[in-house]
Amino acid sequence: MTDITVSPTSSQPVNLLKVLGPVHVWGLGVGIVLVGEFMGWNYGVGKGGAFGALVACFISGLLYTCVAMIDSEITSTVAAAGGQYAQAKHTIGPLMAFNVGLFMVLTYSMLGAADVQVAGQLVQIGAQNLGHAIPWQPFTIVCLAALALLNYRGVFATLTVNFVITAIAFLTIIILFVGVQPWNPTAMLFHKDLLTGLPYGWIGVIAALHFGIWYYLGIEGTCQAAEEVRSPGRALPLGTMCGMITLLIAAALTWYVCAGLLPWEYIGWDAELAPLYDAAHVTGNSFLTVALFVGTLLSAIASANGCVNDAARAWFSMGRDRYLPEWFGAVHPTYRTPFRAILFLMPIWAVFALYIPLAEIITFSILSGLLNYTFMPMNMWSFRKKWPVGTIRRGFEHPFHPIPAIVLMCLCITTFFAVYLGYGRQLLAMMAFYIVASVWFAFYRYRYVKRGAQFTMSWPKPQGY
Amino acid sequence: MWDMSGWVAWALSAIIFVWLIYDFFKINIKYSEVVLTSSREGVDELFPTEGDK
Repeated sequence: MTDITVSPTSSQPVNLLKVLGPVHVWGLGVGIVLVGEFMGWNYGVGKGGAFGALVACFISGLLYTCVAMIDSEITSTVAAAGGQYAQAKHTIGPLMAFNVGLFMVLTYSMLGAADVQVAGQLVQIGAQNLGHAIPWQPFTIVCLAALALLNYRGVFATLTVNFVITAIAFLTIIILFVGVQPWNPTAMLFHKDLLTGLPYGWIGVIAALHFGIWYYLGIEGTCQAAEEVRSPGRALPLGTMCGMITLLIAAALTWYVCAGLLPWEYIGWDAELAPLYDAAHVTGNSFLTVALFVGTLLSAIASANGCVNDAARAWFSMGRDRYLPEWFGAVHPTYRTPFRAILFLMPIWAVFALYIPLAEIITFSILSGLLNYTFMPMNMWSFRKKWPVGTIRRGFEHPFHPIPAIVLMCLCITTFFAVYLGYGRQLLAMMAFYIVASVWFAFYRYRYVKRGAQFTMSWPKPQGY
Repeated sequence: MWDMSGWVAWALSAIIFVWLIYDFFKINIKYSEVVLTSSREGVDELFPTEGDK
């Protein structure tokens, strides 16, 4: 094995290592998101009924397909850690980049904190089912500690583990689908009796969009691996698109199984934590119940693991460009990971995981993610306008531009309205936070940024400049 | 055994965090700030281009 440790007197830069392939990109993207199939999406059923949640699932699937197409093109060209942050820096400007960086850090940090909280609670539920009362907090913290250690010691092992546990979690959804005998729809499934149309009409369908995005939230996280993949032009589009296809299949199977086994009032109930696990439970098959328990737990751990990876890289990238103190832009000379960013974020995650209710953490994550998606159409328009196809080498060119960007913008606006219906106060509070942070950046922090050094791509001058 | 599991989890967490903090300080003392923050965006160390050399 090659020793990659840099000596203390070396004059060589200590960079992140390019060791990842398409399976790691798949493991990162699907790993972050798959937990949304096991929990969270079901609150959309409470807003719009089972059919409403299905429509929301399709519409959100379209939104994320646009996200994946746009991301694949830009990230395969701007192959840098920080993902959309690095893109915004190159295509729009520093203030947008600062905001996009913050959106990503908050999205992944809040999602990751929610994941480890859920992982601890699942261990508690599992023990309760065996007749033992134990606290969940120590299991949340040990999960966080183990993931911090894994991420600290290297990206290859981190994302290899993520690929394996994500694949197992996905397999459990397939096992449940096969276990309910879909080839004989009346044997175990009761769609005919349980599906009741739209209980709250089309406004309920729009409200369900808030939770429809839960099926796919985080697939854009594949971009954070851009600086560490061996071949960004191939691995990122392949990993992201395959990930999106996997999620569309998983979302459809999840809805089909749950809607056929459980009444919509129960699936959408506020206290319902894990609908796929409960669906397995009502089959009466103990193998399916255990498999789905394991799948749910692994999906939460995989999601948290991917979130540590992504949040740390976004924070690291901003530090490297001095958008934040440069101290955060350090790379470990042996493990080649952004070790200071990883360690700095972990105590914050622990506080949120231990003391903030799950629904509130998830809402912070969804709102920040949605703001990030709203930036993407602007990013795409600017990218194609400044560097039209043919002027620079792209790893992937997405078809039908500008239709995906227009569709994405329209769906983002609709989803903002859906979020406003349920969480208007939090949405406005979040916007106020980003405005205050922007003022701080523009009037204080920007003086420390090395302005000329931010633009790292060897591209020709943009058109119009 | 189940009653002990929570304490085992706390102990494991503490061991991991102590090791992380130990390694963190070790690296910060051994290496200069210039070396640790020398990473550059867009540089491919395994397959360097002319511009990276």
